[in-house]
Amino acid sequence: MSALNQSGWKPEMTEECRHDVKTYTGNKALMLEEPLIFEIGNNATTGVDLAESPEVALRLNNLERNRDIGLPGLSEPEAVRHYTRLSRQNYAIDLGFFPLGSCTMKHNPRLNEKVARMAGFADVHPMQPVETVQGALAVINELAVWLIKLTGMHGVAMTPKAGAHGELCGILAIKAALEARGDERRVILVPESAHGTNPASAAFAGFSVENIPATSEGRVNLDALKARLGPDVAGVMITNPNTCGLFERDMKAISDAVHAAGGYVYCDGANFNAIVGRVRPGDLGIDAMHINLHKTFSTPHGGGGPGSGPVVLSEALSPYGPLPFTERHVDGYYTLVEEETAGERHPHSFGRMTAFHGQMGMFTRALAYIMSHGADGLRQVAEDAVLNANYILRSLEDVLDAPFAHSGPCMHEALFSDDGLAEGFSTLDIAKGLIDEGYHPMTVYFPLVVHGAMLVEPTETESKATLDQFIGALRSVAQRAKAGDTSLKSAPHYAPRRRLDETQAARKPVLVWREPEQAVAAE
Amino acid sequence: MTRYYTEDHEWIEVDGDAATVGITDYAQSQLGDIVFAEVPATGATLKKGGDAAVVESVKAASDVYAPVSGTVTEGNDALEGDPALVNSDPEGEGWFFKLTLSDTSELDSLMDAIAYKAFVDGL
Amino acid sequence: MRYLPLTHTDRQAMLGIIGAKTIDDLFVDVPAEAQLDGPIHGLPNHASEMAVERHFSDLARKNMAASHHPFFLGAGAYKHHVPASVDHIIQRGEFLTAYTPYQPEIAQGTLQMLFEFQTQVARLLGCDVANASMYDGSTACWEAIGMAGRVTKRTKAILSSGLHPHYISVAKTMAKYTGDTLDTALPELSAKTDSERLLAAIDDETSCVVVQYPDILGRIEDISVLSAKAHEHGALLIAVVTEPVALGAIKAPGDMGADIVVGEGQSIGVGLQFGGPYVGLFACKEKFVRQMPGRLCGETVDAEGKRGFVLTLSTREQHIRREKATSNICTNSGLCALAFSVHMTLLGEKGLRGLASLNHALAVQMADRLTQIPGVELVNDSFFNEFTLHLPKEARPIVRALADKKILGGVSLGRLYPGVDALKNGLLVAVTEVVTTEDVEAFAVALQEVLA
Repeated sequence: MSALNQSGWKPEMTEECRHDVKTYTGNKALMLEEPLIFEIGNNATTGVDLAESPEVALRLNNLERNRDIGLPGLSEPEAVRHYTRLSRQNYAIDLGFFPLGSCTMKHNPRLNEKVARMAGFADVHPMQPVETVQGALAVINELAVWLIKLTGMHGVAMTPKAGAHGELCGILAIKAALEARGDERRVILVPESAHGTNPASAAFAGFSVENIPATSEGRVNLDALKARLGPDVAGVMITNPNTCGLFERDMKAISDAVHAAGGYVYCDGANFNAIVGRVRPGDLGIDAMHINLHKTFSTPHGGGGPGSGPVVLSEALSPYGPLPFTERHVDGYYTLVEEETAGERHPHSFGRMTAFHGQMGMFTRALAYIMSHGADGLRQVAEDAVLNANYILRSLEDVLDAPFAHSGPCMHEALFSDDGLAEGFSTLDIAKGLIDEGYHPMTVYFPLVVHGAMLVEPTETESKATLDQFIGALRSVAQRAKAGDTSLKSAPHYAPRRRLDETQAARKPVLVWREPEQAVAAE
Repeated sequence: MTRYYTEDHEWIEVDGDAATVGITDYAQSQLGDIVFAEVPATGATLKKGGDAAVVESVKAASDVYAPVSGTVTEGNDALEGDPALVNSDPEGEGWFFKLTLSDTSELDSLMDAIAYKAFVDGL
Repeated sequence: MRYLPLTHTDRQAMLGIIGAKTIDDLFVDVPAEAQLDGPIHGLPNHASEMAVERHFSDLARKNMAASHHPFFLGAGAYKHHVPASVDHIIQRGEFLTAYTPYQPEIAQGTLQMLFEFQTQVARLLGCDVANASMYDGSTACWEAIGMAGRVTKRTKAILSSGLHPHYISVAKTMAKYTGDTLDTALPELSAKTDSERLLAAIDDETSCVVVQYPDILGRIEDISVLSAKAHEHGALLIAVVTEPVALGAIKAPGDMGADIVVGEGQSIGVGLQFGGPYVGLFACKEKFVRQMPGRLCGETVDAEGKRGFVLTLSTREQHIRREKATSNICTNSGLCALAFSVHMTLLGEKGLRGLASLNHALAVQMADRLTQIPGVELVNDSFFNEFTLHLPKEARPIVRALADKKILGGVSLGRLYPGVDALKNGLLVAVTEVVTTEDVEAFAVALQEVLA
């Protein structure tokens, strides 16, 4: 008999195989530990090749930097491996279902990445003569037209860099409009369920913020709002669909009442994905609404930005929007309205919000996404997003408390609370249990108006099979929490890290790496 | 020396027109691990019910209000290096600031220990 | 509709489980008069991947790309070579399609990267600590002024005339609403900065002095005198760096006493992108950390004692402090921060210093070459990789004429300071490692022609 070919041997599963084995490296097969660049790189290593510098007499005003900066370098293979290993410790949409409420984590098409990288967009300078950037200006203008038509509004400010920057833009436009008529209104009304950026933006512009109560249905209390309106109220900031996942049925009535009292209506458009193509905010009397391109129009979240937050404006507020913006002339030629021509073209602008033209790299991606879907596809986006959320709500309301399930269908997100879990178990435990099941948890503890809130936003880019598996997993975790399964208290068990000590991080902040001896000296 | 309490969970210990202020044991238990406390500067004038200090846990930030009006004579600098004192000894070493009262009659509206306990039990 | 997985059968089955007859039943809360009965009129329907790509290719071709032509623009955005591996890494789905790391157990990749970024930025700018990035340099600059107000409890900011005019515009927009007063001035076409004006203006009401380094005209000045005077009066010195590569050659602002150093990080890893997205750098002295805006990543341990990272000091932020937050900013510029960090790791100290040295040497050679052209004068005594020329004619039409010759020949001061006669003959010229000897010669020849 010839020697056995052992390459096809059948693994033998003994008891020891099932134990957690401590490895020399700390790695667990594909779960790889990775040191910091400061621990593996050094000042003498570089991953780039550069031409020799010609010898010249320096003109640096004798300010040469002679001391070491402390920037370790890695060769290209080491650098690629370092970041690839880090990347594997992240959850991402590409890996799995990411039902983070209010964040609209939908699939990010790669076509968008491809077009954004075309040299004609990625490699043009913001201050090139306008005749050399006609295609770039066309992208901004085409996207602007889509946003105006999709929202039924009058104008759009494209430069805000993210949603919160857009909120600020809308609030500044309201402030400028009030100033233009010599009106010193100081109060902005914000529902308790609002995103924290709303009151922060209003306060920044010098407004004082007052809360509007909600009804037991989870919607703005129209009567309370009307009662508070008066000559001191500059406007309201309302999220619609709201953060409880409900459409504000009275939106038009709210707008009419606010307008009648001389105020303006700001709409937080974070949840536009639920209604795009089916409802135009302009038809509801909105004066300003930011659109998070990274939510509704699928530009990647990138681990926390960059975002982009264009703001659509009503006819009343458009004259006050920021500089610069693009203008299309009848012959198809594009120009920029900047400080130079603003006096003649846009004299009431409240000014500039950022150095250049906004997030061009996000505009290309969003426009590619919008064109891919078209008017018919975007409507289907909203419908499927709402269908998926209601499917989750109705499939889980028997096992998880759904405080507004009686209020009618939800929009694009389903809201649950921690009511009914075993003593000592909370929303956090459910979230961490979902991590072990291979999911990114839903948004937790937001909105603040619901105790132990869990906000599930599936988006339209998930299949029914994905939803069914998630429903099964969440049901299982919820049942464990109701049964008081203590293993849930220490979850996650299988993630790259266990629960992290946030108290230590905040009490003695370590925000930069220091050499071990320096770190000791700094104590 | 007499100790009074507010509905916002501050305590104030008064000795003549001098007083020490902190947050109650109930307050610290609600906040969880305290990670930061900012105390008012010496000489600051406080108005009853106005913002006097800040206390932060990992996920929450709260203002500490002045139980009565007065002028700050000392802030507890130990809290800067060791905010955990507010958890471990809220009504002792974890005090926030001392002040000179400007109107002792303002004390009349505060609760004593028994009334405060009843107030907390009712929450 | 290639991005939508649900089939008609799925939709019917799901509606059945929900107990709805049609999708319209789920939109019952939308008043009938606000419901659209079908796709919005006047907008095209869905398009294939090929059709969309073709549309963008057509538009892209209408732009003059920096890499296709001799290119010399700067003024706050610089063309540098970005290694191919940077783009490869930022396109990994685990970075590209992740969210803000609110669940740290499954976001250590982003968090560790941010911790490394913060350390790189702090060291580069010469500060103790840095945040996880801001929108861009101009918004970081305003946020620094706001932070100085919180630290000093004063509202008067003195801005150098060498600060980028768009950064000044942004600050003016914001200051209108916050009640801050800004002391500003226009620059002069001179080698001398306005530091004497700044020194004279500092008093006990001053919250901060804001100075750009190198400044908008490319001039480099020791800022330690300014920091000393500011500190004497209890004010802060804010330094703004729009070309971080310079700090591979010249002293860091933090090492000259700046309390807050902000910057535009676009030069490293990010690319031109017609102005955005970019990445704002924000660093300061450790004692001010609780007044900082933006996200911060900090080191800690997990339940098993292993090192890990979390977002920390979040009580400064709007989702907790709401109207009392240090800033309304919610997002940072995560993916651009990653690009910056990867590029910086590939460079390392050695590469950054080599890159800075090369930029400076090429700029010196370029300045020497251009000043051989009759009537062209160099304004600067000192500069890094960007300098200002005083032309014998208005610079703006010259830039256009150069573009007709397929040369992207700098930024005219007429574009940056419209309507200011004293500056209109100024031309800002930036020279980086991407500029070849042939580019320099082509520019010199063309400039001489269009000036003739």
